[in-house]
Amino acid sequence: MVSANVSGDLSSEMEVDAFRRLFPLRYHERFLLDSIRPDARPLGRARDTSLALGAVASADGSALAKIGCTTMLAAVKMEVMTPPKESPDEGSIAIEFYMPPICSPLVRPGRPAEEAPVVSKQLSDTILSSGMINLKELSLVSGKAAWMAYLDIYCLDADGSLFDAALLAAVAAFSHLQIPVVSLNEDGRVVVVSEENEEGKSEKEPVNKGKRKLTLSSLPFSLTCILHKNYILADPTAEEESIMETLVTVVLDSSGQLVSLYKPGGPVLAYASAVQDCIALTRQRVKELKSILNEAISDMEVD
Amino acid sequence: MSMEIGRDDGRTANQLRPLACSRNILNRAHGSASWSQGDTKVLAAVYGPKAGTKKNENPEKACIEVIWKPKTGQLGKPEKEYEVILKRTLKSICLLNINPNTTTSIIIQVVSDDGALLPCAINAACAALVDAAIPLKHLAVAICCCLTESGYVILDPTKVEEQKMKAFAYLVFPNSAISIIPEGSSHMEGELMEHGIITSVTHGVMSVDDYLHCLERGQAASTKMSAFLRRSLQSQAPNDSSRAG
Repeated sequence: MVSANVSGDLSSEMEVDAFRRLFPLRYHERFLLDSIRPDARPLGRARDTSLALGAVASADGSALAKIGCTTMLAAVKMEVMTPPKESPDEGSIAIEFYMPPICSPLVRPGRPAEEAPVVSKQLSDTILSSGMINLKELSLVSGKAAWMAYLDIYCLDADGSLFDAALLAAVAAFSHLQIPVVSLNEDGRVVVVSEENEEGKSEKEPVNKGKRKLTLSSLPFSLTCILHKNYILADPTAEEESIMETLVTVVLDSSGQLVSLYKPGGPVLAYASAVQDCIALTRQRVKELKSILNEAISDMEVD
Repeated sequence: MSMEIGRDDGRTANQLRPLACSRNILNRAHGSASWSQGDTKVLAAVYGPKAGTKKNENPEKACIEVIWKPKTGQLGKPEKEYEVILKRTLKSICLLNINPNTTTSIIIQVVSDDGALLPCAINAACAALVDAAIPLKHLAVAICCCLTESGYVILDPTKVEEQKMKAFAYLVFPNSAISIIPEGSSHMEGELMEHGIITSVTHGVMSVDDYLHCLERGQAASTKMSAFLRRSLQSQAPNDSSRAG
């Protein structure tokens, strides 16, 4: 093929950056032959992950998660609502994922990112089906009042593996969540007790003084991998995702059950062996993420 | 697990609902097909290749656009997700280098939904692409496998069954190619090409072994569906000359 000869001739004279822009696949494949990636990571390793709880002071629960350059800010706000008749003793969760133009040069106000509604729906499906949150814990007065938790996740920097970072931020925000204290006022309605209000405390008995934190069981963690020929690359950057288009996202919960295996098409077929390898990489990643989350929670409690 | 599971319509665990496929049902579309599995019916229409690609797309390759129309209600996030999954699945079976800088539009209209909607739509879209003579690498067959509370895997659920299930998985496999060379269909390190998955979307929590079990059942069922697809696409009469565009 003519283009192969051209790139062969030019590669000795061209600058590395130019070669990377003009022949991205060949550039990456040269690294893959040595089982390494342009940022010096081995194929199975994810980027440096960090987690900070309580990033939004006014929210009831919040977290800032960074995987490499991908940054997600998650915040939970609680509101009292009347539960629907079909489930009078369950609260509810509403999850939204936003990709504002700050996150990527491809997103402009009139041109929303294609991934935003997909990641948003994937997140709500994963969080609700993993059973992490028992909706009955969000109930206040059966049939009359229950909590509605609004979880908003903002992507501040989109550099690949958006779903992984968003799920980590969401799980961390719910771990950090402190349910506000409420009490019944004279009209029989449930109101939030503000902390500055010292007077009249004996008249208003807090309804839920004891239960401030949610009990979370089986936290879901995920890892996105790229399949390219015979290679499996864990935690791709945005550049790798755009060149090698076959992505597999595996979500496992802390007891090792498969919450979701999402592979939306892509030129490379996934055989059972590749599926097993991705699941094994994800299991390792779940251990790493669990320890990062526990470290972040204990840092918060020390403060 | 050889016990019989009582399904509401009397099917066994591995039995699919009656399949029906018709091509060339819309006059103005370049290609069209309807696919029904039991009471789930989806209509797909293909227009293309049309000149030009969208702004963000690579002009050196052909581009695919999917529009999903639900039976009732407004377009929301579930429809957007279906559009993206369909687009990426169909992109991987089309030969994109043949007609560069063109757009092919696929419109999916849900006629009735009785479970396994996304697999039905993928099958309909595939048949419509064949009807429109869009160059393809191979065909795709889609199937839905679900896991009951007791751990059995059943195929092709109805809507009522889907809601009762612990978990389900939509799987898309490539259609096995009948090769004209004596070596037979292509192998990849001991695994047949048709056992690789193009797409997998799961809902609900299941163990890893259950998922691999679903994969095996899906692979077995996909060979039956591939045979049906091949028969139904071959038996239709050759296209008449009155075609738009």
